[in-house]
Amino acid sequence: MWSFSNIADSIHNGLSQTFNPTVTVILEMVIAGLAVIGLFAMLGLVLVIMERKVSAWMQIRLGPNRVGPKGMLQSFADTLKLLVKEGLTPNGADKFLFNLAPFIAMIVAMLLMAPIAFAKDFQLWDLNIGVLYVSAISSIMVISILMAGWASNNKYSLMGAMRSGAQIVSYELSAGLSILSIVILTGSLKVSTIIQSQADGWWIFKGHIPAIIAFIIFIIAVTAETNRAPFDLAEAESELTAGFHTEYSGMKFALFFLAEYVNVFIVCAIGTILFLGGWMPFHIGHWEGFNHVMDYIPSSIWFFGKTFFLIFIIMWFRWTFPRLRIDQLLNLEWKYLLPISMINVLVITAMAILKWHF
Amino acid sequence: MYRTTEIVNQEEGQPLEDGDMIINVGPQHPATHGVLHLVITLNGETIKKVEPHLGYIHRSIEKMCESLSYRQFIYVTSRMDYLSAHINNHACALCVEKGLEVEIPPRAQVIRVLMDELTRIASHELWWGAMAMDLGAFTPFFYAFRERESINDIMEETCGARLTMNYNVPGGVMHDLHPNFQKRVKDFIQLYKKKIHEYDEMVTGNIIFQNRMKNVGVLSAADAISYGCTGPTARGSGVSCDVRKHFPYEIYNQISFDEVLETQGDSYARYLVRIKEMQQSIRIIEQLIDNIPEGDFLTKTKAVLKLPKGEFYSQVETARGELGVYIVSEGGSTPYRIKFRSPGFSNLSVLDHIARGSKIGDLVAMMGTLDLVIPDIDR
Amino acid sequence: MTQEELKIKITEILPEATIEEGGDWPSFDLPAEKWLTAAETLRQQASLQMDFLFCLTCIDWKTHLTMVYHLRSTTSQQNIVIKIKLDTAKPEIESVAHIWRTAEFHEREVYEMFGVNFLHHPDLRLLILPDGWEGKNPLRKDFEDPVNMIKL
Repeated sequence: MWSFSNIADSIHNGLSQTFNPTVTVILEMVIAGLAVIGLFAMLGLVLVIMERKVSAWMQIRLGPNRVGPKGMLQSFADTLKLLVKEGLTPNGADKFLFNLAPFIAMIVAMLLMAPIAFAKDFQLWDLNIGVLYVSAISSIMVISILMAGWASNNKYSLMGAMRSGAQIVSYELSAGLSILSIVILTGSLKVSTIIQSQADGWWIFKGHIPAIIAFIIFIIAVTAETNRAPFDLAEAESELTAGFHTEYSGMKFALFFLAEYVNVFIVCAIGTILFLGGWMPFHIGHWEGFNHVMDYIPSSIWFFGKTFFLIFIIMWFRWTFPRLRIDQLLNLEWKYLLPISMINVLVITAMAILKWHF
Repeated sequence: MYRTTEIVNQEEGQPLEDGDMIINVGPQHPATHGVLHLVITLNGETIKKVEPHLGYIHRSIEKMCESLSYRQFIYVTSRMDYLSAHINNHACALCVEKGLEVEIPPRAQVIRVLMDELTRIASHELWWGAMAMDLGAFTPFFYAFRERESINDIMEETCGARLTMNYNVPGGVMHDLHPNFQKRVKDFIQLYKKKIHEYDEMVTGNIIFQNRMKNVGVLSAADAISYGCTGPTARGSGVSCDVRKHFPYEIYNQISFDEVLETQGDSYARYLVRIKEMQQSIRIIEQLIDNIPEGDFLTKTKAVLKLPKGEFYSQVETARGELGVYIVSEGGSTPYRIKFRSPGFSNLSVLDHIARGSKIGDLVAMMGTLDLVIPDIDR
Repeated sequence: MTQEELKIKITEILPEATIEEGGDWPSFDLPAEKWLTAAETLRQQASLQMDFLFCLTCIDWKTHLTMVYHLRSTTSQQNIVIKIKLDTAKPEIESVAHIWRTAEFHEREVYEMFGVNFLHHPDLRLLILPDGWEGKNPLRKDFEDPVNMIKL
């Protein structure tokens, strides 16, 4: 079977035969690092072309259709263009912070790849606080945006950064609480345990209405956290030209751009893992026959299928909704989402104690 | 960006208060749809003052017209409010005809009104898309252009140009209608009626959109009059100011249509006025499209037009409001002085008044619903 | 109220105004120093209520400048035209920006295009011309720009 776990095992075995254990571990780390960088670039390319095609489809037009078959290589052309562009640093900018910010954004996005289970038994680092790790690391993202906004020495950038700071810090709460509700149901922070607990059905189905509420709040909150429309106030182009990355050009801009898309992928992957069973196929309780049929579909297809479905939903938001205003954005979080998710966590706790879920 | 700020600060000689900052929106900025330059004094996200700086696209059309003949100057006016180019031409042609005292044939009158209303719909379509884009919704722009394209196709077939049409000449219109005209317009009306519900579903009924629009940029009726607002901007505040109703020109007094009035005076009211105005325009077109009288489309006029000594003023309702053309003639073949009372200029002057105290995101909504076209302001 | 009645009424209210014949609407000449009080009367007089200043401009007649104010009452839909002669060398007139707010922008435009000085204007600065413009006022008849103006 050409599953991801088999490939990983055979690489491990092959390396162990020729090298001693220390060297094997080092080589495996290098391979994993390269794989993450490769995946990072691939995701960027795929998601950008996907966004452009989805938006074109929603906007009754064709989208990119010149480079490659049906324009599928457009992202490569764009990347090439961005690579050869001059990376300007404004005179008044704080050069060190200005150049550091895009790399922090990228590093955060890469670190977040670690605990994600892409397929059955295929995970870089199954640490026992996986979910906590994700919410902790993703908060660092705001630092790169604040850094970029402050160092640019541009008022648009500064305002964009301040908006995004307020926004990400606020929405982290609801996102955290909805993650917490699944942690309460599972009783574990470990990603593999959370996925295993969904072997008899995904949490969104097992957890009754509270789980669905948590899922909806999660999707809204992560859309805001990744600065996607309708919560794209940090880069509201009709108000702040391009927000925090106004002064960035060339590859530094591309890194922000890539980090944004990879972040979208990561939050959708987390959403998949928590609510839609990660790589777990669609199982229903004790219907052994049905479950067995579902298992024939490879786990990686389940994972990527579900993740890309969530990404599609987030793109759908972007191309249909107008943008919120800053006070409406904060009202939505503090007056509606946060109280609802707090009550929801209470209900889910009661449900978990009384074993009301399936 | 910083350089201009310093100049502005020095000019006014007013030190900024603590915590205030000045932001330049424009002359290159995605929200201004052109080269409008707004200097905004901000306290955090709250606007304390909006100060327009104009002139980036000022071509001094009024001065240019002084050396152009009465046939030539009409073409220049297409470049003022380019979205209602035909209506601009109409106002100029009316003014020259008033001076020459020529009656234009009924067929030409109907053609002019039909094209006026098509232009109005096209202009409002573009406004709708651009305004939604300002608010962060990209998709409506393409939906608006879908219908607008079919109007532009009709324009192209009729007079060869899609935007700056120059179809009006003193005494009538330049050519007769294309034989396909009636069919194409009827097709357009059918298409429009089939698609209009999408507009409401996508934008009007959207809760985010309504929150962004309601109680934003409230303009009272008294202020609207005092600031000289006209068109949908004033009608959103309940000021009845439709030139087509109050000072009817051509055949507008023979057509039944309603002047759309909303009373709230906020951005949402201005939005609704424009949306409903499109439907009224459709109503006018439906009344006229089957009743285009036969006959001449152009009155014979002299080769060189000379207006008698005196002053002539004509006004029409463009998509943005009242456009006045004021010609002072010394009896020669060129105007001695010409003044265009452009609706955008007056509508812009109210921006500071309604924007104070609101958020920077609201400014975009207000500019969107004031429907500013910069060449119209700068002339 | 017909135009004739309006003419009679205004000459009663503003005795210094002289009727000028021609044009679509009743047209009056006023001396510059009476303009401010006349404007206030026109705006506030209950039977007139000229609340809408829809066009404000200036004409350079080489010998003198003429300010032209087009006024409308939004209640009775009557239009009148007020004309005021100004001296070319030192054109000065009272601002009416506090009566009709729209005058603020229009007066700024006339200020830079014709060089008319509006007394007591809240914010008389260049609006359209570039900062630091020195030179003649573009819409005056003696303005020449050898680069941008093409003589036909």
